[in-house]
Amino acid sequence: MSSQPTDPFGAIGQNREIEQDEYTPGIEPQATWCPGCGDFGVLKALKGAMAELGRDPEEILLATGIGCSGKLNSYFSSYGFHTIHGRSLPVARAAKLANPDLEVVAAGGDGDGYGIGGNHFMHTARENHDMTYIVFNNEIFGLTKGQTSPTSPKGHKSKTQPHGSAKDPIRPLSLALTSGASYVARTAAVNPNQAKEIITEAVEHDGFAHIDFLTQCPTWNKDAKQYVPYTDIQDSDEYDFDVTDRREASEAMYEAENALYEGEVLTGRFFKDDRPSYGQEKRAVGEMPEQPLAERYFDDDHEWERSYDLLDRHK
Amino acid sequence: MTEQELVWRIAGGSGDGIDSTSQNFAKALMRSGLSVFTHRHYPSRIRGGHTYVEVRAKSEPVKSRGDGYNFLLALGDSFARNPQEEAYYGEEEIKPLTENLDDLREGGIIVYDEGLIEDEDVEDLQERADEEGWHVYPLDLRGMAREHGREVMRNTAGVGATCALLDIELDPFIDLMSEGMGGEILEQNIDILRKARDQVAEMEQDHDLQIPEGSHDEDQVLVSGSTGIAYGALDEGCRFIAGYPMTPWTDVFTIMSQNLPEVGGISEQVEDEIAAAALALGASHAGAKAMSGSSGGGFALMSEPLGLAEMTETPVVLVEAMRAGPSTGMPTKPEQADLEHVLYTSQGDSHRVVFAPGNAAEAYDQARKAFQIAYDYQIPAIVLYDQKLSGELRNVDESHFDREPNPSLGATLTEEDIPDAPHHASGKFQRFLHDPENGVSPRTIPGQKGGRFLATGNEHTPEGHISEDPHNRVMQVNRRERKLGAIREDLDGRERTNQTYHGPEDADYGIVTFGSQQGTVEEAVDRLNEAGHSVKSLGVSDLMPYPEGDVEAFLESVDECLVVEMNSSAQFRGLTQKELGRFGEKLSSLLKYNGNPFEPGEIVEGFETSINGGELPGEETTYLPAAGD
Ligand SMILES: Cc1ncc(C[n+]2csc(CCOP(=O)(O)OP(=O)(O)O)c2C)c(N)n1
Ligand code: SF4
Ligand SMILES: [Mg+2]
Repeated sequence: MSSQPTDPFGAIGQNREIEQDEYTPGIEPQATWCPGCGDFGVLKALKGAMAELGRDPEEILLATGIGCSGKLNSYFSSYGFHTIHGRSLPVARAAKLANPDLEVVAAGGDGDGYGIGGNHFMHTARENHDMTYIVFNNEIFGLTKGQTSPTSPKGHKSKTQPHGSAKDPIRPLSLALTSGASYVARTAAVNPNQAKEIITEAVEHDGFAHIDFLTQCPTWNKDAKQYVPYTDIQDSDEYDFDVTDRREASEAMYEAENALYEGEVLTGRFFKDDRPSYGQEKRAVGEMPEQPLAERYFDDDHEWERSYDLLDRHK
Repeated sequence: MTEQELVWRIAGGSGDGIDSTSQNFAKALMRSGLSVFTHRHYPSRIRGGHTYVEVRAKSEPVKSRGDGYNFLLALGDSFARNPQEEAYYGEEEIKPLTENLDDLREGGIIVYDEGLIEDEDVEDLQERADEEGWHVYPLDLRGMAREHGREVMRNTAGVGATCALLDIELDPFIDLMSEGMGGEILEQNIDILRKARDQVAEMEQDHDLQIPEGSHDEDQVLVSGSTGIAYGALDEGCRFIAGYPMTPWTDVFTIMSQNLPEVGGISEQVEDEIAAAALALGASHAGAKAMSGSSGGGFALMSEPLGLAEMTETPVVLVEAMRAGPSTGMPTKPEQADLEHVLYTSQGDSHRVVFAPGNAAEAYDQARKAFQIAYDYQIPAIVLYDQKLSGELRNVDESHFDREPNPSLGATLTEEDIPDAPHHASGKFQRFLHDPENGVSPRTIPGQKGGRFLATGNEHTPEGHISEDPHNRVMQVNRRERKLGAIREDLDGRERTNQTYHGPEDADYGIVTFGSQQGTVEEAVDRLNEAGHSVKSLGVSDLMPYPEGDVEAFLESVDECLVVEMNSSAQFRGLTQKELGRFGEKLSSLLKYNGNPFEPGEIVEGFETSINGGELPGEETTYLPAAGD
């Protein structure tokens, strides 16, 4: 319970009834992605999940990277930070540290998150910040017109790899798991119900929740599948594993990552762990305040410490 | 001859405890009423390698290292890698005694640890001592330490010997030791200190050098430039720092990290400097006062987040602690060659504020101003300093820090303000208005009702929507640019300017410098005036926006001006000519880039060369004449 005399952030913690329309910007309501683009699916699922959870648009901070995917917060009306290529995670996690009461979501493309921002992905997962990270995985650089991305299949031809990529694609689910993410899932734009459920779970999860979101790019990735048909591994008898068991999860991820390039789209929850979030850990060692730091700047009664009181050691 | 000052050099290997011993020595002298100043020199190694610290002490204020030194305490390098052989790095074990021995002043004192250094290894020591009038006292410091405590305590024995030779009271040293340690260690150290003092006091002494006497009008504290910056940040309500270690920036990062948990702040050591700067932006965006920083290479990685801060108008303070470059350069050596890097890095017509404090007290003041400007004008502010100012300790009036904290978030709305703030017809809050005259359009903070907006590095409309509309573009570029003019006016209107003047106002000649060389230049100015020259100096701290009025007036008032800076490409002179568009024929340069800061004597020589012509005596500094000369 907050002991602040007046709450400076009235949008936080209201838990009121929310219409999905509240997340639609008044000025530019129509997203300008190409027709048939999977990115629409993420927007819709995010709106659905946030409405279901009763999150006020103004208690959400949506930080994005650069790419077609990075436009998400142009079309989702909340507080937003459209950062630079690959850097949504460090911006987002610091906002969460400064004000843990915010609902923080980061999002970006496969190039953004698994390529140029890969180091941040690894470390944010390792630290287990209490936030959601949605990676729009279209296996391509969309915005820059179709170059090979870290998830493009081996052999994929593009203008920058005219003879086909000689590289094996990255394994995003496995990477999240070994790095320390405590919730790992894969969903697809073509499966809106599952997508909404998974985002809802991820937002509710207390820790770093990573969603590899398959988003078809009909413009630049024509030869790629449209991610149909898909299988929900939780519903399939073929894949029976315990999502809380790290070894079993790891095996299932490995299989799903291989299967994608063989034409089989395996989606669903892959891992869930309840290890403490970074905020909890940092508070436990005494390096994070109990009250959100951001509130202090609006509290006129707060007694600010002075360096003058530290001078004994310099005398 | 009796000298008015002590320049005590303690030399040994990295890891021999030189830093802490010299710090206590300086503090003890400060407590006894003297003004002190330290200069440290160390290699980029953890163990071994020649390292020394000089403590300069006078009864008058001291603001620079001296010319050479007059007391050498050579401990011997106990971590030498090649103790005996003539290795690449020279004979390491005896280096503390032999290195820069030429800089020991006439009549100076040498105390060396014969427990580690054999005098026959040191060529012609006695001969040279006779020639220079040096007084040499070989002492078995290691033996004394071993006998009364432990070998590592030989520093204490050296301090005891120093006190005996210079007639310094032991009490302040014993007090300091008691504050820092306890138990057997303390007893042994005190024992060693006393025994060494007594033993040396009985020896025959033939030198004149004595400790000067002094007293302070008010209580003093011993602080470094890094402490100044960190304490300034704390007093502005900065409670968030993110960083990645890099010398010498690590000093500020460490001081902040050690203090923040106690005051409910947050420090994050992160994966790289791109992340560090991005975290500072994220925290600031969410409503905290935040900072980050690095040194050359790490700051290069911050270039893109810096531009993002400018474009999204997210307030942030960054520190750039320069060291000798390019690339990894010389990690533990000072230089001022990142000036242009800091002024111009990041793409586009980008703007930032850059302050370069001239000493520890200014570091505190200007770190505070950096936060005020950053948050009032929603622009990144950079505090630029270097390895020299970072670690040098000097005494400052305690009252200098007796100020009110200022936790204000600057141009930020409260939730109550939002309904009255400008809104678009659709009902959307307008975060980036075209018309504010000073360029500043107040922001909201996530979580506030009714204030949602998109911060984006793309060009954007008043509502924050991405836009390439030409009219909007021109309006936004112009508004962001207006901030710099408003900031210049704001700074010029304040009670105290950031520029520091020294010397007679009506002097014929000028010396201009920026940042950490200020104190050394001022001492040179004093000496030149004593020698009959007519010189004054200007230490410039505002580098962006450039203090045109201050510098123009100064340059107009003198016939010629020498620009002193620690780099090879005369970057600050170039900036001055670019900003003022004239004075090329008045400005000559004195440069130093060998890894060591200027000594006052070198500036005196450089000035005389600039007036009289001729050659500089050595290769340590370089003189560049004015255009047309
Ligand atoms: C530092 C930097 N390098 C390169 C770019 C150019 N760029 C913009 S988006 C992008 C890749 C986009 O691919 P992805 O992240 O997969 O996003 P998508 O467009 O597919 O959603 C690149 C290379 C940039 N903006 N910044
Ligand atoms: S280029 Fe591809 S990813 Fe980008 S909007 Fe079009 S379909 Fe979507
Ligand atoms: Mg992509």
